[in-house]
Amino acid sequence: MDKNEVVEIINAFLVEEFEIEEDLVQPDATWGDIGIDSLDFVDIVVIIEKEFGFKLKGEDMVDVRTLGQFHEFIYKRHLSNQ
Amino acid sequence: MGVYSTIGKNLDEVKDSLFQGKSGIGFEAIRKEFGYRSGLTGIIDTPNLKGLLDRRSRIGLAEQGKYAYLSTLEALNSANIDQEYLEKIEAGILFGNDSSSVPVIEAIDLVREKKDTSMLGSGSIFQSMNSTISMNLSVIFKLRGINFTVSGACASGSHAIGMAYFLIRHGLQECVITGGGQEINPESMGSFDGLSAFSTLESEPTKASKPFDRDRDGLVPSGGAATVILESYDSAIKRGATILGEVAGYGFSSNGDHISVPNVDGPVKAIEMALADSGMKVEDIAYINAHATSTPVGDEKEAQAINKVFGDVRPYVSSTKSMTGHEMWMGGASEIIYSLLMMHNGFIAPNINFENPDEYSAKLNITPKTVEKNFNVFMSNAFGFGGTNSTLIVKRI
Repeated sequence: MDKNEVVEIINAFLVEEFEIEEDLVQPDATWGDIGIDSLDFVDIVVIIEKEFGFKLKGEDMVDVRTLGQFHEFIYKRHLSNQ
Repeated sequence: MGVYSTIGKNLDEVKDSLFQGKSGIGFEAIRKEFGYRSGLTGIIDTPNLKGLLDRRSRIGLAEQGKYAYLSTLEALNSANIDQEYLEKIEAGILFGNDSSSVPVIEAIDLVREKKDTSMLGSGSIFQSMNSTISMNLSVIFKLRGINFTVSGACASGSHAIGMAYFLIRHGLQECVITGGGQEINPESMGSFDGLSAFSTLESEPTKASKPFDRDRDGLVPSGGAATVILESYDSAIKRGATILGEVAGYGFSSNGDHISVPNVDGPVKAIEMALADSGMKVEDIAYINAHATSTPVGDEKEAQAINKVFGDVRPYVSSTKSMTGHEMWMGGASEIIYSLLMMHNGFIAPNINFENPDEYSAKLNITPKTVEKNFNVFMSNAFGFGGTNSTLIVKRI
């Protein structure tokens, strides 16, 4: 899976599952910009496990503030998991 | 008021079903696969709230919460209460609910399989708790007043209205969203079926629930949700509301006896307390919406209790559970709505399937057919496991 595919999967669940407007799903958007709070993150953990087969931990994510950073973080975890 | 039930998804549909004596009961094969004695149940569609509520609001709603959202939406619309008003008067919520089985079962199954609680997602806890309805609706409607759930078995909805009435009467709340919700899925009813409490007259589901009839053989589980907006008289007058009725009296008691077998004295005490609270005489009650669920012992004890209090004064009596089945946590609230619909449309709904009385029901004025009659005061009984009893009296203003 290349990075574009990872980005597509993440953006797709944000739009479909979290009902975030497609226009808002941009790399520089913060969690606050797209309305994701701590409870939503609990659901993101479940989806990431289903989609990519690994478990996210909150403490690993402290520097992940934008969607672009999240894409990068997940892609790297995906690569290291292979 | 608003309702989402097995005999209609809104007030108009329910009114028509009540008038026509239409049953909401059917047969569900999966219950037999689960090992139930009885596959009979109320039949209801689970609503899809996508488009009506955002994801965060939907995710915490269990089945009965979805019903309760719709009944509450209808209640607020029919009461002409908007969001701004709810916030201004710091409205509260007191809802009857006493189980939420499916989210609990699904969560336990998942944790057993994954050995990892983080896979449960964020909605599970808010669906699982008994207070799921009041908790979710208080957030959805931004309520700032009283906020809790009344769990009083099959009298939950009735007690919730009674408690809301006390809070308003004592000036502690101006407006309370109250009512009851009841899940209807097969997962939630197995332990009740295991008590042999359900009717097994599966060949004709619409005839299975026959409260007060000599040949009754058990109740039919059912569900949905019912919402009553209770408001102080001054508040209702001030905003020009159409007042559908006044809670004139509330009576309660506990049998202090057997956990599942009802008695006569407990219900008598609740009925007499409601009458005393209302300042009315038995002659003032035109109609009793009975608790009668179609169980052999329960109906007999209630018939004796009504006879004991009312004697030769024989108000009309019917159990709408003959059509709806037993709506349990919701029933005490929905039956207030059913009775209000009757009072405002000039009829008394039938106790369908009442063909032959027994020794005790023969003394009651039970209506097997719809009676067209204008009336101004009714009583509604709700009793539950543990011997909890609730009686409400409502009058037209």
